[in-house]
Amino acid sequence: MIWLDTLVQGILLGGLYALFAAGLSLIFGIMRLVNLAHGDLIVLAAFLILTIVGTLSLHPFLAAILAAPVMFGLGWALQRFILNRTLGEDILPPLLVTFGLSIAIQNGLLEAFSADSRRLQGGQIETASISLGPISVGILPLMTFLAAIFTILALNHLFYRTRIGRAFRATSDDAVTAGLMGIEPRSIFALTTAIAMLVVTLAALFLGMRANFDPSIGPARLLYAFEAVIIGGLGSLWGTLAGGVIIGVAQTMGAAINPEWQILAGHIAFLLILLVRPRGLFPRAVD
Amino acid sequence: MALLETRGLTAFYGDFQALFGVDVTVAVGETVAIIGANGAGKSTLLRSISGVLRNDPEACIFDGQPIGALPSSRIMALGVAMVPEGRRLFPSLSVEENLLIGAYGRAGQGYWNLDSIYELFPILRERRRSPGTALSGGQQQMVAIGRALMSNPRILLCDEISLGLAPIVIKDIYAAIPRIKEAGASIVVVEQDVGQALRVADRVYCMMEGRITLDGTPATLSRDAIHDAYFGAAA
Repeated sequence: MIWLDTLVQGILLGGLYALFAAGLSLIFGIMRLVNLAHGDLIVLAAFLILTIVGTLSLHPFLAAILAAPVMFGLGWALQRFILNRTLGEDILPPLLVTFGLSIAIQNGLLEAFSADSRRLQGGQIETASISLGPISVGILPLMTFLAAIFTILALNHLFYRTRIGRAFRATSDDAVTAGLMGIEPRSIFALTTAIAMLVVTLAALFLGMRANFDPSIGPARLLYAFEAVIIGGLGSLWGTLAGGVIIGVAQTMGAAINPEWQILAGHIAFLLILLVRPRGLFPRAVD
Repeated sequence: MALLETRGLTAFYGDFQALFGVDVTVAVGETVAIIGANGAGKSTLLRSISGVLRNDPEACIFDGQPIGALPSSRIMALGVAMVPEGRRLFPSLSVEENLLIGAYGRAGQGYWNLDSIYELFPILRERRRSPGTALSGGQQQMVAIGRALMSNPRILLCDEISLGLAPIVIKDIYAAIPRIKEAGASIVVVEQDVGQALRVADRVYCMMEGRITLDGTPATLSRDAIHDAYFGAAA
């Protein structure tokens, strides 16, 4: 029974990793931009929620609703005024600029909030649980997982069922020809990063309520996000969820055997899958 | 009055100059063919007009408005639609989505919509759920033309629409040109196939090495004059 419990905890943890990864996947999918500051932006959003909780004495859920439009605007401006300038034939400038951004965000947060570990206090919901058959499931991990599924459903709807979604996919395919259709690729890119920052806010909310965070933990979240995206196959959001779940399950299983193995087990699962399926589980047909 | 006019248009790819002061005019309702050998600058001319390549504002005038420096998305919204060389369908979009996205920046009031395009190219209705790139070359070209028409453009720029297609297919594609004309658009066709171009055009420009070397109506231009303008006069 302990194994079933571990498995379920791992799957639910995978929801959090999928949330980390969805924003990264979105930005890479639309503009082939690898955002090395993605993990730090999640931590930045967590500190933003923390600040709103502190100043307005709100529950983290309500604070996240206020943080979301701020992050949306930040993402839009970041893309419009900085990252758009780095896009081009050469793949190096975006890597250098987002790497620099990552360092700047970490040090900025360190100055503003110190290196202390923080946490978003969720109250009763943190410890509440429900019984599903023989096992007991925490409300918060369950909500995290459902949020990941909701996010993926919403993004898929946006991309495949709406007019603006067609413009996203067309721009991703061929930005020059998209321009001939009246699409302004740079506006689409700005909107992409803005939407990705909404997902980042959601990820930050559940990260901050689940565990302690401090300004230095961004790069490790980025690594989990990358692994989830690569396992799933570039361009598939459901694949990203599967990737997150695989890493989550591997980590909880590893921890169940020996707590020292938790992180290592996730990375080993990643390497094993790359060995068997170098393009990930659900690669997009056209690349 | 000219609907479209270029005035001393120049174009560069880095240090390489591709156009040396090109003057072209297209009147309302007119079909103009631009012929010339590979590398003459025909495609560069269309890419400059459509805004893929930027220019001086006054180098290109559309309906009295300088558009030379505008981005392609703005030029498209004014009613200049392009069928790009190599068709350039969006592989992630189905045939129907490829058509729909043609109206993204400008729906335009007019004859062209999904139904009238499926009537023009009936095969596309059957294949509307397929990925655009799963179609044959000729069918893909029909999608590319339909996509450009969806904006009900005032002028349609067609870049080498016969390239790589079988003669029978080219005939089908060119059969659509009179219908497009009837619906009210001016047309510019860029072609290497001189015979095809002369059959549909009201007026012809011949280009060589980035310059206009000859212009006139198909009736007044002799085969020899075109030959000289196309390949350079025999020494």
